Amino acid sequence: MILYVISVGLSVTMGLMGFINLAHGVFAMAGGYVLSTMMASFGLPFPLALVIAFGVIAAASIVLERLLYSRLYTAGELAQVLFSIGLILISMAVARLIYGNLAAPVFLPDYLRGQVHILGRDFPTYRVFLIIFSALIIVGLWFGVERTRWGAMVRAAVDNRGMAQSVGINTPLLFMATFALGSGLAGLGGALGADILPVQWSYPFEHLVYFLIVVAVGGLGSLRGPFIAALLIGVADTACKYWIPEFGAFLIYAATIGILLWRPLGLFGVRA
Amino acid sequence: MRFAKLALAGALVFSAAAATAQTVKIGFITSYSGLNGNLGPYMERAVRLYLKQHEKELGGVKVELLTRDDTGPNPDKARQLAQELVVRDKVNLLAGVIFTPNAMAMAPIATEAKVPFVIMNAGTAVITTRSPYMVRTSFTLWQSSYPLGEWAAKKFKTAYSLVSDFGPGHDSEEAFTKAFEAGGGKVVAKVRVPLQNPDWAAYMQRVKDAKPDCLMVFIPAGKTATAVMKNFSDLGLDKAGIKLIGPGDITTDEELPNMGDVALGVLTVHHYSAAATRPANKEFVAAWKKEYGQNETPNFVAVGAYDGAAIIVEAIKQQKGKLNPEKTMEIFKQWKNPNSPRGPIAIDPETRDIIQPEYLREVKKVGGQLANVEVETLGTAVKDPWKELQKKK
Amino acid sequence: MSGYTSDPRIRWTELLPWAAAIAFFFAMPEYLSLGARILIYILFALSLDLILGYAGIITLGHSAFFGLGAYTAGVLGAKYGVTDPFLQLIAAAAMAALLGISTGAVILRTKALTLLMLTLAITSILLEIANKATWLTGGADGLSGVKTDPILGLFKFDIFGKTAFIYCLIALFLGWLLVRRLIYSPYGAMLTGIRENTARMHAVGAPVYWRLVLIYTLSATMAGVAGALLTQVNQFVGLNVLGLEPSGDLLVMLILGGVGRLYGAFVGPVVYLIAQDYLAKQYPEYWYFGIGVLLIVVVLFARGGILGLFDPWLQALSRRRSSARALAR
Repeated sequence: MILYVISVGLSVTMGLMGFINLAHGVFAMAGGYVLSTMMASFGLPFPLALVIAFGVIAAASIVLERLLYSRLYTAGELAQVLFSIGLILISMAVARLIYGNLAAPVFLPDYLRGQVHILGRDFPTYRVFLIIFSALIIVGLWFGVERTRWGAMVRAAVDNRGMAQSVGINTPLLFMATFALGSGLAGLGGALGADILPVQWSYPFEHLVYFLIVVAVGGLGSLRGPFIAALLIGVADTACKYWIPEFGAFLIYAATIGILLWRPLGLFGVRA
Repeated sequence: MRFAKLALAGALVFSAAAATAQTVKIGFITSYSGLNGNLGPYMERAVRLYLKQHEKELGGVKVELLTRDDTGPNPDKARQLAQELVVRDKVNLLAGVIFTPNAMAMAPIATEAKVPFVIMNAGTAVITTRSPYMVRTSFTLWQSSYPLGEWAAKKFKTAYSLVSDFGPGHDSEEAFTKAFEAGGGKVVAKVRVPLQNPDWAAYMQRVKDAKPDCLMVFIPAGKTATAVMKNFSDLGLDKAGIKLIGPGDITTDEELPNMGDVALGVLTVHHYSAAATRPANKEFVAAWKKEYGQNETPNFVAVGAYDGAAIIVEAIKQQKGKLNPEKTMEIFKQWKNPNSPRGPIAIDPETRDIIQPEYLREVKKVGGQLANVEVETLGTAVKDPWKELQKKK
Repeated sequence: MSGYTSDPRIRWTELLPWAAAIAFFFAMPEYLSLGARILIYILFALSLDLILGYAGIITLGHSAFFGLGAYTAGVLGAKYGVTDPFLQLIAAAAMAALLGISTGAVILRTKALTLLMLTLAITSILLEIANKATWLTGGADGLSGVKTDPILGLFKFDIFGKTAFIYCLIALFLGWLLVRRLIYSPYGAMLTGIRENTARMHAVGAPVYWRLVLIYTLSATMAGVAGALLTQVNQFVGLNVLGLEPSGDLLVMLILGGVGRLYGAFVGPVVYLIAQDYLAKQYPEYWYFGIGVLLIVVVLFARGGILGLFDPWLQALSRRRSSARALAR
């Protein structure tokens, strides 16, 4: 589920903006660090820290977008891939310098720990919370993209940038806002997931493959896609580890390859 | 006049000899980053502390520690570093190494270059057989897991084994199972978890469903231990009446504060606890805190390196800094220390592995802090059971 | 893209790298194992350049072939007693070629992100298999004690690396000859065409898809040989030869040197590995930081990599030469 929140942001930037940003994990990691610092050094409560994580990362991403990303919108895939790898390396170095080798400690509030009893089985409370939260996000996003003017503008701008601009849509501003949203979501995801996916300096590379899988399988440019993909992958992964631990991650990769070959655009992909 | 010349010549020769003081170079490879990379500094600090405390015994011989980061369980990198240390830096000794794969990859280098290799942590039993130039001052997983199995068989009927899928994990699983089943118990399942795996929930759920009396876990000491502890409680295994046991790696001293009260009552078997009350340990811990800070505590990784430094110093002393590989190995093989922070230890001349006591410990609160309290001594001169069993075959 | 001319004769400047390598052999005997590593990575980078620089296929999964080659040689040498070095190489090349053609045929129908993803997934699966199949690959412990016979019964592989260096140098030389022939041939010209404008190539009637599969397989084979060399030189193979990391590292090395120009694959690994040898040990954080910054700088300002910086001079030189020739007629 964490995968979804983080990946949906990636799907937004990659699909809607056509930019291959492998460094998405960086924003997630940063969000996790912000949460940890807010709670540990400033003693802020969990919900507030989450909001701040989202805000800070979104703001930071705007800066990055203006300075660096925007130059590469038309630069071709290779350049974008390389650029984002460079960004990952830099952020890993910085994270290590500031936070050292260890994972950022996260202490969940008591009301989110322990177990809940649903339908006769025990589930860890926190994970239930995550699922619900992610569902809320997707509903919110879907509403935003499908039903609001902003969403329509974004879709228009991606379909045909020149046309959108001539109609009077401020595309640079739009892209900036969308990027901020996508990155902020990543930060939120990283913060939410800090308990389950430990936040440490090697985070972006460690989980890069997973983020990409969720987006590629789910399909670029769609919101439902990554959600379903993350759900599928999360369930499949856990189920595999439960039933046949010997195969672990193997099946995920095999499934990814299978799905991508059958549907190269992903399950719900829109772009050709 | 002639006398003065002679005296002058003599003085020159004397000062020349003194000026070219011996330097012993130690190639120190351990993990400062990557999986459980926080443990490397413990090793280095322990070695430096020992060297500092015993400077005078070295008799003017300079010891140069060339430290290298193998970045975790990375046999390729460890091998490369060892090769460079031996060929480029021409070290007299190799030392350190947290992870088994790294030690195994380095073995052929030690053999080919005839460089004695002091293993200060890596715990898989078979390692020391890989090179005649290896000696180990730390422990083997059989040494801790076999007595654990013996003891557990008296208290529990069924056990579930969950270990990390690499050398030490396999050893722990095998040792525990052998002893547990020999004592009449039944191991209901043996599951191996990938070494670098962040999500334990699925595995823990399976354990819960199997309803064993106890869960035996081995994972590399450090952050992984804390993650396992958290998942153990998050999924309610403690409330389901399953007792968590294992070798001392799962409640390693420096991570205990991060584990929280869920660790209380966990029983482990190990050769060292920072909370041990014998005088040698109290001195060791006090010296550690004095040198590195009141909030710092040594752990079993540190003590392995500390004693490793001891045998190196012994070799240097006896050879006055001019290290001959064969002679060094001889000295290593005969080494004993009745007064180590962990109790009386010695090197087994046949296997070049360590002989040491094993204690049963329980996590209790001492002075408001969690500590591994030694409640029982399970054996005083435990040789590596795996090698003992091999001999019988 | 510069670096590609139509004159296939070997210029004297192209002999420089080989002279440098031989000088290195005599001048720095203690660094020969680093040298052998560099040579292996140059070979690996050449293989990547074939598909990235010339055919325009972006992949993060090239380590799959490298790793497969490495493990083939390793398993044969450690478990099945096949210790003849050339047999090991041939086997590794064959396995890598097999993987290349089978995966290439399937994934080269896709594009961009999907292609990237698939290459990544393939190398990740191989990594997982290597990790789990402990009985074969040694898993996380790696496979030590890989035995490779002395070359021609005389030259042993040891920790000093003399044999290793010359062995890799010869292998690289052969690989280089092959690549050179390829890119100066009509086939090479067609590859450039595919990269620059695929639609037009289709229009011209070139069998784009199959040509791509061919080059992909060739590239895979070369990468597999490079991997096997690594195992033979180290007498060891571990999980680090598979997965995202070596692919990523290689990509960085190639970009640094300059993509799509034969010698970028030479310059990149030399600079990267030497810098890494020196810096990464002392200051690992600064190393990552430095590489990251360098990468971004290259992407933003110096797309052609290090060799790209020399382009203006090279062009001026060749203009003078050709105008001199024109005058001489």
